Amino acid sequence: MKPLLIVLSLAGLLLTVVPGLLVFLGRLTWAQHTSAMLVGTVLWFVCAPLVLKADRSSAP
Amino acid sequence: MPTITERLDAINEYDREPVPDSALRGAGAFAGLYAGEHVAGTEFVIGPLFVAHGVAAGDLFLGLLVGNLLAVLSWALICAPIATHTRLNLYWKLRKLTGPRLLLLYNIVNALMFCFLAGAMISVAATAVGIPFNMAMPGLDDRYPTTVGWVLTVIVVGAVVTTVAILGFEKIARISKISSPWMLLVFVAAALAVLPQLGVTSPGDFWRVANEKIWVGEPLAGRVHFTFWHVTFFAWFCNMAMHLGMADMTILRFARKWQYGFLSACGMYLGHYVAWIASGILVALALQQGGEVAPGPIAYLGAGIAGLFAVVIASWTTANPTIYRAGLAMQTVTPDWKRWKVTAGVGALTTVVALFPALMMRLLDFVALYGLLLMPMGAVIFADFWLLPRLKLRQDYAEWRRLLFAWPAAAAWLVTLAACLLLNLVWGVQIFFLGLPGWFIATALYVTLSYVQQRSGRRTAEPLVLERV
Repeated sequence: MKPLLIVLSLAGLLLTVVPGLLVFLGRLTWAQHTSAMLVGTVLWFVCAPLVLKADRSSAP
Repeated sequence: MPTITERLDAINEYDREPVPDSALRGAGAFAGLYAGEHVAGTEFVIGPLFVAHGVAAGDLFLGLLVGNLLAVLSWALICAPIATHTRLNLYWKLRKLTGPRLLLLYNIVNALMFCFLAGAMISVAATAVGIPFNMAMPGLDDRYPTTVGWVLTVIVVGAVVTTVAILGFEKIARISKISSPWMLLVFVAAALAVLPQLGVTSPGDFWRVANEKIWVGEPLAGRVHFTFWHVTFFAWFCNMAMHLGMADMTILRFARKWQYGFLSACGMYLGHYVAWIASGILVALALQQGGEVAPGPIAYLGAGIAGLFAVVIASWTTANPTIYRAGLAMQTVTPDWKRWKVTAGVGALTTVVALFPALMMRLLDFVALYGLLLMPMGAVIFADFWLLPRLKLRQDYAEWRRLLFAWPAAAAWLVTLAACLLLNLVWGVQIFFLGLPGWFIATALYVTLSYVQQRSGRRTAEPLVLERV
């Protein structure tokens, strides 16, 4: 479960930053960028706390 | 089943005794804490204010590089070694030097400054929370609450921030740790996304547009023109209360090694470099479009709803530790009160302060003043720790002699502030530059006056009460 959560957390971060870069490169519209950022934000704040919780519960 | 009051009273974070080894934390906690604290709501204000003060692009980039380096060195070489050696927070360490009566005065000033800073953060958060409700935003020159909507929004945000601060350091660090990497990316992505609207379509365009449209070297009406030196000294001293003023002893006393002070670079170069530049880009677009320049609207301009969320979280992760510190400061004033009750009172005061947008819109001046007011006591701690033993003088003299009021520390504090005021009024030295001469004045005064006090004490004073072990 933890590896999946880590992948989803990282996907959240990528969805936060990559769309902005694609707008700069002219490959994405501003509206698409903000929607993707919102999805990335939700993913990060749902998954990252669960990763930390898993870390704490597996700590000696 | 314990009541909520009993559970809150049971929170104990080593407020009044040295932190034990079992409570020390690793480097990751400090990297996260500093990154979270300095990639913050203020960054949405300070970056735009540099634009308003007409700094030129070259001065900004170079000034931030140098100023942030000096700030990191101040944390690592001045604050952290004393924090990790004593394991005490600022207030209980200072009590040994000042005596309880002078500490009372210092703590009141300190707590008020923390309240003002946290209040500015709550104002910043309110500019984001109010957008979905079409709340009218305060402008750059507004001083008083502008609408009922503004007042209600600030009260709600203040209540939430205070509640989390009451729950303690561990939870604050956890929230900072989670939000800081995401928050930095929001700043970067928002700035990248608006660059084409400013005319940057390839990396090669950036420097030209930066000079012509963003950091143009011309201040807005009523603002002082900022040079390289303004930027350098502001970047160095905007957290002067925390490093040279030693407030971060409260945090760094939990560090395993003094070298963790260098981890302040995570906050400086991400928050006070990347984020200030990013928010400057955002406000340049807002000014070009003739839109609102408050933090919420400019974040929305670059990142939509995620940007608003970033402003709220960014403000929250700064306001929380600040209210926590203010709670610690006031706890020494009211030692019989539990910390959660003190923090609740501090949070209420902070929320009232946040109602006034002047604090947010004049943040550069406030931050400089705040650091300056508290810095002399940091110099006193530095001198007491490093210099007095070399002069064969006793450290923690007030505690040793059970003094209620240590006049050398009081004189060092007040005379330094008076000297800085004189430098400002007579020679026109701007507030951003006063910290440097002030620190040396305070250090020299404390050493000299301690010498006088301890030498005269040896001849005339009563026998010593306690021997230190």
